Amino acid sequence: MGITLLAELVNVLAAFLLLLAFAMLSQRRVLTLIKLLAWQGAALAASTGIVAWSTGQTHLYYSALITVLLKVILIPWVLHRLIDRLFVRWDIETLINIPTTMLIGIGLVIFAFALATPISQMATTLTRSTLGIALASVLLSFLMMIVRQKAVPQVIGFLAMENGLFFAATSATYGMPLVVELGVALDVLVGTFIFGIFFFHIRERFDSLDIRHMEKLKED
Amino acid sequence: MEIAIVLGLPLLGALLLALTGHRGWAPELNATMSFATFFAAILLTARVISGGPIIWLGQQFVADPSNVLVVVLADLLREQFFVDPFNVFLVALTAFVGFTTALFSRPYMRTEQDHGRVNAKRLRLYHSMYQLFTFTMLLCLLSNNVGVLWVAMEGATLSTVLLVSLYRTPASLEAAWKYFILCSVGLAQALFGTILLYFAAEKVLGPGGTALLWTHLHQVRGQLEPTVLSLAFVFLLVGYGTKVGLVPLHNWLPDAHAEGPTPISAVLSGLLLNVALYAVVRSKVLVDGALGRNFSGGLMMGFGLLSVVVAAFFLSRQRDIKRMFAYSSVEHMGIMTFAFGMGGAVAAFAGLLHMTVHSLTKSAIFFTVGHASQAAGTQNMDSIRGLIQTSPTIGWGLVLGSLAILGLPPFGVFTSEFMVLTTAMHEHSWATPFLLVALGVAFASIFGKVQPMVFGETTGQRLPRGPALVPVFTHLAIVLALGLYIPPYLVGWYRQAAALIG
Repeated sequence: MGITLLAELVNVLAAFLLLLAFAMLSQRRVLTLIKLLAWQGAALAASTGIVAWSTGQTHLYYSALITVLLKVILIPWVLHRLIDRLFVRWDIETLINIPTTMLIGIGLVIFAFALATPISQMATTLTRSTLGIALASVLLSFLMMIVRQKAVPQVIGFLAMENGLFFAATSATYGMPLVVELGVALDVLVGTFIFGIFFFHIRERFDSLDIRHMEKLKED
Repeated sequence: MEIAIVLGLPLLGALLLALTGHRGWAPELNATMSFATFFAAILLTARVISGGPIIWLGQQFVADPSNVLVVVLADLLREQFFVDPFNVFLVALTAFVGFTTALFSRPYMRTEQDHGRVNAKRLRLYHSMYQLFTFTMLLCLLSNNVGVLWVAMEGATLSTVLLVSLYRTPASLEAAWKYFILCSVGLAQALFGTILLYFAAEKVLGPGGTALLWTHLHQVRGQLEPTVLSLAFVFLLVGYGTKVGLVPLHNWLPDAHAEGPTPISAVLSGLLLNVALYAVVRSKVLVDGALGRNFSGGLMMGFGLLSVVVAAFFLSRQRDIKRMFAYSSVEHMGIMTFAFGMGGAVAAFAGLLHMTVHSLTKSAIFFTVGHASQAAGTQNMDSIRGLIQTSPTIGWGLVLGSLAILGLPPFGVFTSEFMVLTTAMHEHSWATPFLLVALGVAFASIFGKVQPMVFGETTGQRLPRGPALVPVFTHLAIVLALGLYIPPYLVGWYRQAAALIG
């Protein structure tokens, strides 16, 4: 396969990533959200693998492998177990104003591209055009965390944000040094477990995972 | 080698305390490990004073070059750790306050256990996470790799989040959730900033390990791409600034301080905020090299001044004693950020001095506040009265600590605030009225609330256990000494550090 074809493939995966970010923004079912997160991880791993193959950066293979293990298998599995044990598997969140959220999301994408363009022009990597998409998916996950009112979707938003950041690292620089990537992966993993422990504590105290119960601490 | 010991001891402590579970002697073991870390930090400091900055080369490992694993490990660790005048004093300070807080935590947490607020299982978590938290902070300071710095900073959040919710009350869970979400999102911004920094550095230093090493970045900082670095700095400042507690990113801070156990409030305020500011200042040095001082300095001065003013006005509205002192921390972090933003030898010197004295004073205040609220059974300031009658030493500690933090001479806080103010008058006279009004408001609010708590009428009881007052008065004595006389070697040390970052 030619290098341009591979670059095109990465572009397609980037578009898929952005599409998934929008899908997560409007998805009401917790179960489907986890599936979307796993798909996002898969797209990330695939694009990392393609970049590794086309540039011969061996450390990116490890990075892709870690992504598959962590973000496609382990974290979705942990989240599945969690929602089973918390009996929120079939939870449906009432989201208001999906159209407005989508419009804000489109605005964010335009903003992200405007911000990333001067930097992508400087990049020499063959995947440079995807930096804008990476930034856009980070911002969309940020938006998702703001509009969600349940704890589990908020955490999924956080994990999606981490995916976007990893994608930014591969598309702008062919990935961070391995020590750093390993460290970040460890933090994400530990973070997910702590979130899990937290869910049970919150549930025990508030009988619900709705974070609207947790808005007592305010300045009066 | 000292670096490995300084980092290894708290990690070992965390493992030991996690494995042995909660025994009667766990608080003592915690204090012993903290003392050992402090001792190792002193050795490290002595070594840096006598021998100058150290970059750990990792060759110490390779005694036997035929062992592949050792060689690979040494290669992985090459140049990953360093000590220079800027971080060595923070390492010493972190280890010292970590040790004194462990001393304070002994009677404090035992009393909490008597009151039934924590059980053995949670104390096990508490002690091992305390050591792990110390480890992550020291790793932040000693790491030469700005990527590892980020990882350690996130590690510091992760290790303290379950400590903030240790009491499992609704309010503490809410505080911990807020802390976790806001700091993680903030740090995600910092990670993006780090990626951008790597992107700029890779062009100059080539891909691979060295492009994130601070010592290498520092050498080539003039060649880094200015557009990328300015964007990177915005992300880094917002990211680490969340952790520093800069307004308007400070929302997690008062809640986390008020709802967590008091020893944790003391180390959060006294140490973690410093370490986060350290990360901001390190980034600033690189950006200044590429862009000149105006850009980063202006941003930091803006954020700093806003924090000082907003926090001062929030101070007067607080009812919870720990919340009030948490806002005071926001105010002081604002002063430091402002000082580092102004830049130059004097302002950077003042910022470093203020880091030291604020950390010592604020942790001392939290120690006394912890005992005072335990004695009163509440953190509500209206219900804490007459400390001078029930426990005079705690009362005096609180009065002296408050006077010190309010910047009354001859305490060290006065010296550093005076230097910041005079520099501001010279270089940025527009900022002086804001600073003066904020300091005045802070004085009136804190003093007005501390006075009745200490001297009012009371029917309160004495504490059953003797409070840990040695840490309180040691800290205050050091702050007083620093206000009266700064030893020449310390001045030299601060000067070198200020030259590095000014």
